[in-house]
Amino acid sequence: MSSDVRFIDFKSDKQPTWCPGCGDFGTMNGMMKALAETGNDPDNTFIVAGIGCSGKIGTYMHSYALHGVHGRALPVGAGVKMANPELEVMVAGGDGDGYSIGAGHFIHAVRRNVDMSYVVMDNRIYGLTKGQASPTSREDFETSTSPDGTNMAPVNPLALALASGATFIAQSFSSDSQRHTELVREAIEHDGFGLVNVYSPCVTFNDVDTYDYWRDSIVDLSETDHDPSDEDDARERIMSGDREHVGILYQDPDSVPYGRREGMDQNMSEIPDGAPEDAMDLVREFY
Amino acid sequence: MPDDLNWAIGGEAGDGIDSTGKIFAQALSRAGRHVYTSKDFASRIRGGYTAYKIRTSVDRVESVVDRLDILIALTERTIDENMDELHDGSVIIYDGERTTMQNVEVPDNMVDLDVPLQSLAEDAGGSIMRNVVALGAACQVTNFPIGSLDASLEKRFKDKGTAIVENNKDAARLGQEYVQENYDHTEEYDLETTDSDYVLLNGDEAIGMGAIAAGCRFYAGYPITPATDVMEYLTGRIDQYGGKVIQAEDELAAINLSLGAARAGARAMTATSGPGVDLMTETFGLVGASETPLVICDVMRAGPSTGMPTKQEQGDLNMLIYGGHGEVERLVIGPTTVAECFWRTVEAFNLAEKYQLPVYLVSDLSLAVTEQTFRPETFDMDDVEIERGKIVDEEEIDSWTDEQDRFQPHFPTADGISPRAFPGTDGGAHMTTGLEHNALGRRTEDTEIRVEQVEKRQRKIETSKQRETWDYREFGDPDADTLLISWGSNEGPIREGMELLAKDGIDVRFISMPYLSPRPDLTAEIENAETTIVVECNAKGQLADLLERDVLERLERVNKFDGVRFKADELAEKVRRSVKPSQEATTQ
Repeated sequence: MSSDVRFIDFKSDKQPTWCPGCGDFGTMNGMMKALAETGNDPDNTFIVAGIGCSGKIGTYMHSYALHGVHGRALPVGAGVKMANPELEVMVAGGDGDGYSIGAGHFIHAVRRNVDMSYVVMDNRIYGLTKGQASPTSREDFETSTSPDGTNMAPVNPLALALASGATFIAQSFSSDSQRHTELVREAIEHDGFGLVNVYSPCVTFNDVDTYDYWRDSIVDLSETDHDPSDEDDARERIMSGDREHVGILYQDPDSVPYGRREGMDQNMSEIPDGAPEDAMDLVREFY
Repeated sequence: MPDDLNWAIGGEAGDGIDSTGKIFAQALSRAGRHVYTSKDFASRIRGGYTAYKIRTSVDRVESVVDRLDILIALTERTIDENMDELHDGSVIIYDGERTTMQNVEVPDNMVDLDVPLQSLAEDAGGSIMRNVVALGAACQVTNFPIGSLDASLEKRFKDKGTAIVENNKDAARLGQEYVQENYDHTEEYDLETTDSDYVLLNGDEAIGMGAIAAGCRFYAGYPITPATDVMEYLTGRIDQYGGKVIQAEDELAAINLSLGAARAGARAMTATSGPGVDLMTETFGLVGASETPLVICDVMRAGPSTGMPTKQEQGDLNMLIYGGHGEVERLVIGPTTVAECFWRTVEAFNLAEKYQLPVYLVSDLSLAVTEQTFRPETFDMDDVEIERGKIVDEEEIDSWTDEQDRFQPHFPTADGISPRAFPGTDGGAHMTTGLEHNALGRRTEDTEIRVEQVEKRQRKIETSKQRETWDYREFGDPDADTLLISWGSNEGPIREGMELLAKDGIDVRFISMPYLSPRPDLTAEIENAETTIVVECNAKGQLADLLERDVLERLERVNKFDGVRFKADELAEKVRRSVKPSQEATTQ
């Protein structure tokens, strides 16, 4: 790791094809800044991206990266980190990727508490397929596939995370660059699975959850007396649903990441050029 | 006196059938006898009918047969289930004092050995040891030295303390003595011991051991019969070599976890059965497109759908060779014996890394649950070679960058194999994706690059065909008129079946195929034979279909895969070019 890495080093020479004004620009810039500020460089960083507008992020950033299949980015990230704990692993995706097709993996990634961060660009809409309801869309949100609204309660990702034993739950707003960067940085520095749900507005297909809406509704927890280690307070705020909170909702100060708990400190890519020296012991076990 | 002896213990699930059978199998193996085991079992925790069967001989045994000489029956149903296999002189050991066994009627032509298993076990210290009393009785019937049981009783019960071990030894002796004192002429069978030194293991364990030997450090899986033994074998053991087993939330996660570990440079593996392969097929395409080395083991069971989870079938071949949307380059290899489970696993890891693609390692239930004896040197670890393929380090990165110093993980080389830089390698940062991509691993829909990358991936298979020996295993008379071809666990029964055919004057040439895709061209072998019979545990004859296709005369092909539909004029031109040679031929 070199100390003089700049956030621009994490930027690839590929120009994003996101719509002008898309929240994902700000989300990505914050990720790059946070990675640089935490002393990482592209050669020790692994980004895993899902499918959707957000999934394109692996292409626009410069690092080791895999752009996987829809909804399965989290297990890939966990596999990378377990195989080589020296790498900084960041998983990025959208609300559809993480809370719909990948909802099962989300719960189990939270439980496993692998030391990596997960940045979700939550725009409450399916953008790449041109505007269908997402798992976080409001109940009365009208789209081409939900003309009368979804008539279902939206997924509350922070509640899912808390109920699954999360050790770090944060929420940010992509257009507040400084605060968003700070929260991603906290997630990286957290010992365990760091979730940052980012309000990242879709300017093309979502005319409800807009920049103006969020600007008016957001309550920044740093301006309250909220104590992130207070799980009860976190639960109350997460379940209340009448506020769009930004900040660290919950952080377990005693979090022990999976790898440390399981004593996984080796880079698994390094193996001998034959069977392990004492491998005949394995055969003798079968006497 | 038969050359081989067939022994079984049967009862309800939960009766300790498996562990009792295993104790006897181990004792036989330690006494220098060959062992080949099988199980009758159902997918349930308790009740029903389950049996552990052992075929043993001083010579190698490679198959089960339809004959049962000694049966320990813990339930009446066990006798009914095996009536077809029992014969004149078969010995049935049961406990007539049990209320459920009071009406047992052993046919007159068989030896009725009513032994108070439960009471004797209580005398030894607890009714739980009734199966061990039965083992002692079986020792007496087969003239097998009771002392040979001791070591396997110690192995099985040492965690429970010496008192328990000693009680079990006593229980065995009480069973032996009871038979000795109460029955005459019971020593019809003779389990002769030898000085040979054998290990006893099943196919799943051989796969797990092969994985560790091959440097596999990461295993993610989801429990499924009959592949779970691979996972259970590796759990705890792989840790001693710096590795880890992860129980994933489902097979989708299992393959993605493994894929992540493989991207990070670990030798990674997942094992499952058909229903799990169905789920993994989603990510299988990504493994192929991202050119990630990964070993995916399918221990086949009877399908379709949930099928018959504890029954044998070889029905997944088409899925493994063709499964997945689009065209995914892969290798498919399948062990044909328990020992081969070890060596083909080692080979699968080498092939995956040398050619940077997914390798299906296909085994079957019969290999998975069969415990078989081998000389320990069958698994000589010094013979394990690890070949990791084209991995580049910091110094070599520069030879593989473009004019803008960007590493090219999918560079279209002459042999199709691109350089691999593990994450953490300075200057090697790159992405890859399941989208079609260029040499940099970035998305493209450029028709020329698309064609270049498809051909590059195909070229790896062509290269593997040139560099590897895709051979078959051959048995019997090479000039015989009858040719048998098979794959998977059928090798053992076919080899033994050939001996029976030979007695009837029927000579057979037998080709056993561990390489299924690519596979050897058997055109000459099939043409030389008068009759070719393909033997498979499936209804359609999936390998037979493939071989019939292989020996057909080649068709001309017009293909297009650049992402653009056929255009009439272009198509006409391609057809014109294809038909030209034959037209020339006719004018000559």
